Amino acid sequence: MSHLTEFQTFLLLSILKVVVVLVITLTAVAYTVLLERKVLGRIQNRWGPSRVGPFGLLQPLADGIKLFLKEELIPLAAEKPLFIIAPIIALTCSLISIAVVPFGQVHHVTANGISVDIFNIADLDIGLLVILGITSIGVYGIALSGWSSNNKFALLGSLRATSQMISYELALGLSLVGVVLRAQSLSLRTIVNSQSAHGMLSWNVFGGLQFVGFFIYLMAAYAETNRAPFDLPEAESELIAGYHTEYSSMKFAMFFMAEYANMITVACVATLLFFGGPSSPFGNLFPAIGGPFIAAILPIFWFVVKVFAFLLLYIWVRGTLPRFRYDQLMSFGWKFLLPLAMANIVFTSLVLALHAK
Amino acid sequence: MQLALFIIFGALAVAGALNFLFQRHPINSALSLVVVMMSLAVLYWSLGAEFLAAAQVIVYSGAIMVLFVFVVMLLNAGEEERTKGSRAAYIAGIPGAVAIFCLLSFVFLTERKALGTVNLGGHLDHAVSNISELSSILFTKLLLPFEVTSILILVAILGAVVLARKEQ
Repeated sequence: MSHLTEFQTFLLLSILKVVVVLVITLTAVAYTVLLERKVLGRIQNRWGPSRVGPFGLLQPLADGIKLFLKEELIPLAAEKPLFIIAPIIALTCSLISIAVVPFGQVHHVTANGISVDIFNIADLDIGLLVILGITSIGVYGIALSGWSSNNKFALLGSLRATSQMISYELALGLSLVGVVLRAQSLSLRTIVNSQSAHGMLSWNVFGGLQFVGFFIYLMAAYAETNRAPFDLPEAESELIAGYHTEYSSMKFAMFFMAEYANMITVACVATLLFFGGPSSPFGNLFPAIGGPFIAAILPIFWFVVKVFAFLLLYIWVRGTLPRFRYDQLMSFGWKFLLPLAMANIVFTSLVLALHAK
Repeated sequence: MQLALFIIFGALAVAGALNFLFQRHPINSALSLVVVMMSLAVLYWSLGAEFLAAAQVIVYSGAIMVLFVFVVMLLNAGEEERTKGSRAAYIAGIPGAVAIFCLLSFVFLTERKALGTVNLGGHLDHAVSNISELSSILFTKLLLPFEVTSILILVAILGAVVLARKEQ
């Protein structure tokens, strides 16, 4: 590889990382769908998909083939360019934010004079703000899809989604301020490191006294991803399917994938900010076993376990709670979550200021 | 690399701005404005102003423009008809724009020393965290203007609520 310049090496390694992470994320998206169908099935006392492959494990593949082969329909009255670009915006925005998520401990690999952290695509100083920014751009996908379909149910769904996402973005952003105050940084890596001292006890949700912030984040994140109990934008009983009523084939699949990729991103962020990210819940209680390979893999294992737990929680909530009414949703966001988030900020900064004395 | 970023996103910003003017449908114009804002955010970032870039994306393209699109969608505004334009705009507009451009570039060029310079993309390699510096200046040196601006915004919000509320 010596004939490559430093920049080319860096570019190649980055592209490699992006491809690997993208493939893993998309596979995870496909299997989250299966997980949801299975778990929801068991909650409702039935089997869920069980015919394709052992335990229905090949179901995502079958679904993918089905969606690829379906006929692509575009309504005559639709605004064609925006109708096509809307699912693309939704899916890209939901996939981009995974780029700033650190999956494991810092693990540098040196090639050709360039050392690259293999468990993180990009470690940015404002990683948290980047995630918030990309989430707020993702609203366009949903807003445009509803409008360009030229269908009243789609328009109503997308109007609901847009206003819901804008309202809950405030509570979401404010709930994270407490974490940022504690870590004194917006870099996700630094935030993770600030919680790694004593295992579970120094996680923000327990030792950091951020359980109120965590509660607000969880509520707001469910609303941001348009999931039950806040799935009003696609409330079947009122709006057929909401903003993606007119979409078929792969365009529908893109919205579907975007929803699940958003779920995974939210689970990753919750893990990183409140549950210590890739650090072990036991801290240094047990002596390190195995060689350097185990030491590199174990943090990823913990990270995946925590993300998986959040995804299960998502599905559990969907199987348990009924849908909110629209005015309840709005007053819950503005009159309860927002003041609570502000109180949390004041409380956290007071405690920090008293500590610093 | 940095130069390439500048050229790509500068061109994108200009193209978006032109598209904003030439599109006939309000939604297309609003979306071109989003493109302009995002490209500006990238340019800010390449100049080392990370926080400004993030705030630009979150506040302008993520919140304000979404509300614009929202309103356009609700009003169901159709395509606009093209008119010849007023004569006054032709006579005063182009010279006026040229004059403002000349004035601004003259000010920037003469005051170059006082304004200071920054290396294009110099902060991309490893950025200094300027968020803490920014906030410490905002909360010490510029505390009064900062708070006055906040109160101004609060007053504007209250005014909007009062105007929007129907008389009982």
